[in-house]
Amino acid sequence: MRILKYLLQKEFLQIFRNKSMLPIIFVMPILQLCVLSFAATYDMKNTNLYIVDKDLSSHSRQLISKFSGSPFFTVKEIAFSVEEAEKELYKDEIDAILVFDKGFGEHLDLQANASIQVLVNAINASSAGLYNAYISSVIQDYNSIINTDMISVDGTTPMQLVQSTYLHQFNPEMKYIPYMLPGLLVLLVTVVGLFLSAMNVVREKEIGTIEQINVTPIKKSQFLIAKLIPFLVIGFFELAIGLCIAAFVFNIPFLGSVWLIFLVAFVYLIGILGFGLLISTQTNTQQQAMFIAWFFMVIFLLMSGLFTPVESMPEWGQKLNYFNPIAYFIKIIRMILLKGSGLMDILKDIAILGAFAIASVTIAVNRHRKVA
Amino acid sequence: MNKDVKVIRVKNLYKKFGDFTANDNLSFEVSKGEIFGFLGANGAGKTTAIKILCGLSYPSSGEISVAGFDVYKERELLKRNIGYMSQKFSLYEDLTVYENIRFYGGIYGMTKQEIDTKTNGLLDQLDLQHSRNKRISSLPLGWKQKLAFSVAIFHNPEIVFLDEPTGGVDPVTRRQFWDLIYEASRAGITIFVTTHYMDEAEYCDRVSIMVDGRVEALDTPTKLKEQFNALDMDQVFLSLARKAKNVE
Repeated sequence: MRILKYLLQKEFLQIFRNKSMLPIIFVMPILQLCVLSFAATYDMKNTNLYIVDKDLSSHSRQLISKFSGSPFFTVKEIAFSVEEAEKELYKDEIDAILVFDKGFGEHLDLQANASIQVLVNAINASSAGLYNAYISSVIQDYNSIINTDMISVDGTTPMQLVQSTYLHQFNPEMKYIPYMLPGLLVLLVTVVGLFLSAMNVVREKEIGTIEQINVTPIKKSQFLIAKLIPFLVIGFFELAIGLCIAAFVFNIPFLGSVWLIFLVAFVYLIGILGFGLLISTQTNTQQQAMFIAWFFMVIFLLMSGLFTPVESMPEWGQKLNYFNPIAYFIKIIRMILLKGSGLMDILKDIAILGAFAIASVTIAVNRHRKVA
Repeated sequence: MNKDVKVIRVKNLYKKFGDFTANDNLSFEVSKGEIFGFLGANGAGKTTAIKILCGLSYPSSGEISVAGFDVYKERELLKRNIGYMSQKFSLYEDLTVYENIRFYGGIYGMTKQEIDTKTNGLLDQLDLQHSRNKRISSLPLGWKQKLAFSVAIFHNPEIVFLDEPTGGVDPVTRRQFWDLIYEASRAGITIFVTTHYMDEAEYCDRVSIMVDGRVEALDTPTKLKEQFNALDMDQVFLSLARKAKNVE
């Protein structure tokens, strides 16, 4: 125990003496959390529309005013040429073109089918899907208005419209930030923990001090645990700051227990830090460690369901996630914060993270070499 | 020096890296309190042998015991009883003089009180009391080397291994460094030292000279000079080292 105390004392001193690392550890994650939460949004606020109105009827104008009145759309231009509109699309100046052909209004008045052509910039498939959905909903909306208009005029039986209503449980307004922010918190805690631990032991190899450590009777487990504990403390500290930002800046609901989040973070971080130390013991330069850590980070992260729903991944991708600690933690933290899940709901996932933690630390201690 | 107590016993030590034999059938013994010079050109296999003796590397074969402990089976006990100072400077540059001493004392299991008492004596002796709270990175190289040596014997080991401890240091500081070595030797610590400076070889009780992984000569400096009919150790070394094939 006494030896561990001296080792820890040295590690903490070194971390707080490293003037270039301190801002990276403490300031960058907070900045990232704020910036990413605001910027990486899937909510569409600003779809640029180009409208080609060859009809110039009252119907086409009414529908256009629906678009220009919506906060989600900016009508860039109303003109007559589809070719001109397409040029703008090529220049990436606009996101979608709406074309009203001649006779659109007349067809509507005669209750025949009237159609609008919608051309969407689909370079980014997911935003194209969103443009499409938003535009359709505006048109749908207009549809129901003119239907009731016409019904009130001739007084015949109204057309039966089937309407579905939705209740979105746990995130009723389908807000983006309550969903994303818990995941981003996991991301930041992971990045800092994984990289700091992956660079640490190998740094002592580069400087040469590891040799001095290796001629002492320090146990491998003591050496690595003393490396792990300071980063665990830093990880907790960052998580606490992140949760404060989530609560007080973004007003994220805290339905579940904060202590439970820290319990999960404890198990999770030991796994991640053990994995980082394993990388560090297996590499010879900080550069190698950096690239390997980055490789795993990117795979874990993109597979994790932070940016894309896991359910839409191919079967094998979903199976890979059984081995992805980030996926578990993101899932758990969202459950606790947004649904208020308790310990019993997440028991299985915690057990898996626990197994990962035990495995990664054991392998790291085992693979660490005091003898060449 | 106590010639009856052998603290290092090496018998038929081989170390091979693939086809290359770095240590070719080394056999020697070192007595308690002796200053043992371990000489050889670059690439002769000195560092390889030292690492094996410190438990940092496995031998390919041979019977080796250090401080009474077997290098195969009792490495951790062995490590408790040796000190080591390598070519690469090995104190933590971002820690202060005191913090380095406290750390190395602490990991050998010394208590805070033992460490603090001994640190005061040590800093007085080295005349470093004024730099107690300065970072290692701000000290001149000579001071760092003296301090590194003192830290290597801080926990009172039986043997201290010095791998080119005086590289790049000016002659005055080297002289002071050797004063520290003599003092440690008088206190009963065995010194196992490699060097490139032949004047330093004269300070040793006994000297071995390695050529191409083999020990080609082993005796007191006086006897070696007689044997090779040389005026100083420089000539002894050159007449042996000329035979080398593995010179860098």
